[in-house]
Amino acid sequence: MRPARHSYYEATARRRLAGLLDEGSFREYCPPTMRLTSPHLPALGVPVAFDDGVAVGEGRVQGRPVLVAAQEGGFMGGAVGEVHGAKITGLLERALDVRPDGVVLLLDTGGVRLHEANAGLIAMGEIQRAVLAVRHAGVSVIAAIGGRNGCYGGMSMVARSCDRIVMSEEGRLSISGPEVIETVEGIEEFDSQDRALVWRTMGGKHRRLLGEADALVPDDIGAFRTAIAGFLDRPRPITLDALMAEQARLAARLERFAGCRDGVEVWERLGVAEPKRVPDLGIDAFNALLPSPAEAAE
Amino acid sequence: MIAHPTDRLLDALFERHDVRHEDNMVIAGEGWLDGRAVAVIGTTDRAFIGVETALALADHVLAVLRDHPGRPILLIVDNGGQRLSRWDELMGNNGVIAHLTTCLDFARRNGHRVVGVVHGLAVSGGFMATGMATAACHALPGAELRVMVPDAMARITRIPLDRLMALFETQPVLAPGAENFVRIGGLHGVWEGDPREGLRAALDATDPEDDPRRRLGAERGGRGRAADVAALVRAGAGA
Repeated sequence: MRPARHSYYEATARRRLAGLLDEGSFREYCPPTMRLTSPHLPALGVPVAFDDGVAVGEGRVQGRPVLVAAQEGGFMGGAVGEVHGAKITGLLERALDVRPDGVVLLLDTGGVRLHEANAGLIAMGEIQRAVLAVRHAGVSVIAAIGGRNGCYGGMSMVARSCDRIVMSEEGRLSISGPEVIETVEGIEEFDSQDRALVWRTMGGKHRRLLGEADALVPDDIGAFRTAIAGFLDRPRPITLDALMAEQARLAARLERFAGCRDGVEVWERLGVAEPKRVPDLGIDAFNALLPSPAEAAE
Repeated sequence: MIAHPTDRLLDALFERHDVRHEDNMVIAGEGWLDGRAVAVIGTTDRAFIGVETALALADHVLAVLRDHPGRPILLIVDNGGQRLSRWDELMGNNGVIAHLTTCLDFARRNGHRVVGVVHGLAVSGGFMATGMATAACHALPGAELRVMVPDAMARITRIPLDRLMALFETQPVLAPGAENFVRIGGLHGVWEGDPREGLRAALDATDPEDDPRRRLGAERGGRGRAADVAALVRAGAGA
């Protein structure tokens, strides 16, 4: 019997944590009862949240110890402010002390919180540096993207600084949001209302085909859990050779896809049969286009 | 012929330099200070950081790592933010920029003193792509830093522009400007006097921790909670 599906997209941060972690294993650091709220929002007349929009703590995934952060997309679009960002940075730095099997970041965010813009921006730089410190210490950092807000702005760079990214088809990963591109460059450059275009450009399937995400899973918390568990304690060491290989991979990408204006053109050049059908493919049929995540990761 | 502003800056910073202007407003080369060679990498003319730009910068960082282990790196920061285009998003600009910052971070962790200086402008994702990945980023007097222009910020936050401008007077976490980024620890400082002195001091300085920005923000009174909150979480408080 298949277990009931629980939509990752629809779930709150704490519901995602409950589904990701072994039952009863979550212990939250600086929980809402400690009321670590934003010191900046009151001056702007904006309500605060007692967790500043992110839950952090420890738990177990299939019996293995992890540290985990879950952004609450329902509070200010998961945007990163001073306290929110510092909680994630502190969590990552704790990994240097306790060396879990992985640090899991459930990202659901538009990026910087404009109400405390400078602090949020620097906070994302601090998160990124902490991610890299943890990776250099040999601890795996895994990002999961499949929420309503996608993963945008500075947090999109944080995601790609992690060892692995697990996405659902509904997940979106990009630095600039569709609305921003349309506002600045015009609707001819990007029509933000064209949902299919957004998914062909920034969505999980495109990111997986491009090699920007390591696994594509259904919109199901259990599927995220299984994929994340498979990436625990499998760090990708950052070495000069690895960075030079990444440089070559990215340079080859820009050359190979030069002139492409749409995801469909990219998939066609990748050799995908019937590239126009990619958005309609079910997860299993889609993943059959690729080496399995395990193979691709070796 | 009037020298390019970036070349004038390099004249002021170095005894001599050999820095090329390349495509996509990228510059790269060497400068010499007190007889010491410094790798110079950066952008000019408020460049937008697209995939080609970020990849070219990363390539220069990797060349220094490969060919000149230990050589200090000066990153000249002058950008209008990440480039906004369908092409850049299609190719995963976030991933290319993450690669650039990972290269800069790797250099910093592997015996290279990596310092940045904002010359002209640094905007949001463009600052995160460059200056924020250095060990110590400074600004020149008159350089601008911001996350977003005030009228766009007002529109998105739905805070009236006049109220926002009033808040800028008292809120360094919100207001554009190098001095505000200094107060929150996002910049190490502004090179007010002779920039060569500033560079010399930045190259010789070290910070006691991997990331000094929270401490600087707290010491300078511009960002008071980040250091404490991160320390509480690191200690597992409340669990």
